[in-house]
Amino acid sequence: MPDMKEKYGQLQQVIEELKDQPGALMPVLQKAQGIFGCVPMDVQKIIAEGLGVTLSEVYGVATFYAQFTLEPAGKYIISVCMGTACYVKGSQKVLDKLSEELNVPVGKTSADGLFTLNATRCLGACGLAPVMTVNEEVYGRLTPDDIPGIIAKYRELG
Amino acid sequence: MEIYRAHVLCCGGTGCTSSGSAQLIERFEQKIAEAGLEKEVKVIRTGCFGLCEAGPVVIVYPEGTFYSRVRVEDVDEIVSEHLLKGRKVQHLVYTDHASHEQNANKSLNDINFYKHQKRVALRNCGVIDPENIDEYIAFDGYMALEKALTKMTREEVIDEILKSGLRGRGGGGFPTGLKWKFTYNSQADQKYVACNADEGDPGAFMDRSILEGDPHAVIEAMAIAGYAIGASEGYVYVRAEYPIAVKRLEIAINQAHEYGLLGKNIFGTDFSFDLKIRLGAGAFVCGEETALMRSIEGKRGEPTPRPPFPAVKGLFAKPTMLNNVETYANVPQIILKGADWFCEMGTEKSKGTKVFALGGKINNTGLVEVPMGTPLRTIIYDIGGGIPNGKAFKAVQTGGPSGGCLPAELLDTPVDYDNLIAAGSMMGSGGMIVMDEDNCMVDIARFFLDFTVDESCGKCAPCRIGTRRMLEILERIVEGKGEEGDIEKLENLANTIKATALCGLGQTAPNPVLSTLKFFRHEYEAHIKEKKCPAHHCQKLLQYVITDKCRGCTLCSKICPAGAITGSVKEMHHIDTAKCLKCGACIEKCRFGAIVKI
Repeated sequence: MPDMKEKYGQLQQVIEELKDQPGALMPVLQKAQGIFGCVPMDVQKIIAEGLGVTLSEVYGVATFYAQFTLEPAGKYIISVCMGTACYVKGSQKVLDKLSEELNVPVGKTSADGLFTLNATRCLGACGLAPVMTVNEEVYGRLTPDDIPGIIAKYRELG
Repeated sequence: MEIYRAHVLCCGGTGCTSSGSAQLIERFEQKIAEAGLEKEVKVIRTGCFGLCEAGPVVIVYPEGTFYSRVRVEDVDEIVSEHLLKGRKVQHLVYTDHASHEQNANKSLNDINFYKHQKRVALRNCGVIDPENIDEYIAFDGYMALEKALTKMTREEVIDEILKSGLRGRGGGGFPTGLKWKFTYNSQADQKYVACNADEGDPGAFMDRSILEGDPHAVIEAMAIAGYAIGASEGYVYVRAEYPIAVKRLEIAINQAHEYGLLGKNIFGTDFSFDLKIRLGAGAFVCGEETALMRSIEGKRGEPTPRPPFPAVKGLFAKPTMLNNVETYANVPQIILKGADWFCEMGTEKSKGTKVFALGGKINNTGLVEVPMGTPLRTIIYDIGGGIPNGKAFKAVQTGGPSGGCLPAELLDTPVDYDNLIAAGSMMGSGGMIVMDEDNCMVDIARFFLDFTVDESCGKCAPCRIGTRRMLEILERIVEGKGEEGDIEKLENLANTIKATALCGLGQTAPNPVLSTLKFFRHEYEAHIKEKKCPAHHCQKLLQYVITDKCRGCTLCSKICPAGAITGSVKEMHHIDTAKCLKCGACIEKCRFGAIVKI
């Protein structure tokens, strides 16, 4: 893949830019997550070398925070809010419906690589509970009946 | 500066943005230009108005007409009728839930939702354009910083905050002035000011709204704090899940630099101060102060034992003063108007106001700010408009995963730090989730424990292992496998965890269980002894049956995914409990209310 080379180039640039500031590991990992969509082992190795820290430290941080993933996610990341307001208004049913519709357990990616289904912490859009996001798009006041239509829309987009 | 005859304020908070306010703003600008009004009418994207339930929200000034749930299609009418001809669009005007009143002539402050509120921390939210520093300055912005730097000594600033009685709005309620004083007293070559914007309590979004609606207030307050304690650098630790807040904060910091309000020699004094943003990465425990500082240092967000307190040894091992967003948002007003003004609001030991995020089973979900000491009943019924669909109130949950559920008997409790703790809950960051008769309190306790188990950092055993054991017991109970003695085991574990966990997350994790055991013990007992869920919520303990209201329309038998419903046309149907998946699809579809859960 030709663009991988470019991505590694971007990563080196990020490391170069940030390495002298205190506490650089988190911002570097966040940028890497943005560049690659995940932080697999080889990326972690490059970061460890670039920042002069041990790989175990990088791995420790990468696995501590929910934002970092070691495997690539689907094209569409569906995050169902499981905050209290959404939960009391039935977000569990929405999540169950999604899991059924996509035939994928929570936290996993569908076989076609299209959807990753996540249960997420409070998105802070409690006024619209229950809420989910598909990438940046927010869907509020959901019922399980809304799910097939929304999924169909993204399947069509491919 | 141009003068406009009318202003259209569109809410650009996360709630309204999700309901499409960005498209509304585009449409308004387009239609206003088409009508040739672009020199007369200005469209402003503000922060959160608070009434998210009614979003997207639009207010047209000078009349102050409050339009709610505005759709893109409605924009043309507002422009052609209201802005062009001066006739308010009656059918789009906000309808009050309680009174069903739709009054286009009522100003915002007369609406029930706003009438009981007192906005100090939220004063600029929904009023100014948060991406324009001039608007903040026009509302006395940075005057407090100027006053502190040029007319007050560092000690006077700290004294003013001490005298105001301001307490930490992040949950703990520690006196803010004392924190400032302790950090001031620490001797070091470098000190830090930090802002906790890692708002993690599910159901709380006041800090996000302040950052989105009034970011300069936080910047100004942090600069004042930096002057007071002797710090030249500050960090804002904000959740990555809040992209709008992060963006507006970045814009605000850049603007403050351009105006010389951050950077070297602010207001011509020898005080210099700079701010950096650090993004959280999705770990609830990072809301705990020592964990947050480890995270800024680029490490795993694990708490460390105190002492040493951050005021002595915090970020990068230097004295650090950490306050929450809402706490900071109060500071410029206190410096400007004085501690005495602030003390007039609130109760004896809790001064000022508190912002609450109202959510769950309540008509007016959104953000409200009330004086400390306002009774729960006023917040839930007068401001929140009560419970929807004619259901009965069961409990209000405050304090997030560290708090508890309070029953109807305690609705007249005046809300402040000490009263909530005495009642068995806590203030927390101000989430207030209302639950009705359909919510099972055992399941709510399980929900919170599930959250804590997931978010426990794993460093100390009481939290890592203890909360998991509690969760396992609760899971058994809601599945109908509860045993005699489970309640006692839960209490025993809860008290041990409270006494021995390392940080606030662990020490308070059992609270949702303890408070529901205190006020809703009968629900636990019903689950364990009778294998019944009184709220008819826990699926495993339910049976679906068809009553004689059934007309034999056959609809339910057609949609039942398990083929569990049988019956002939025009005859009463029957559910085979062994096959029934308890999915509830039949209840939703039945037009005669003939299917019930027992």
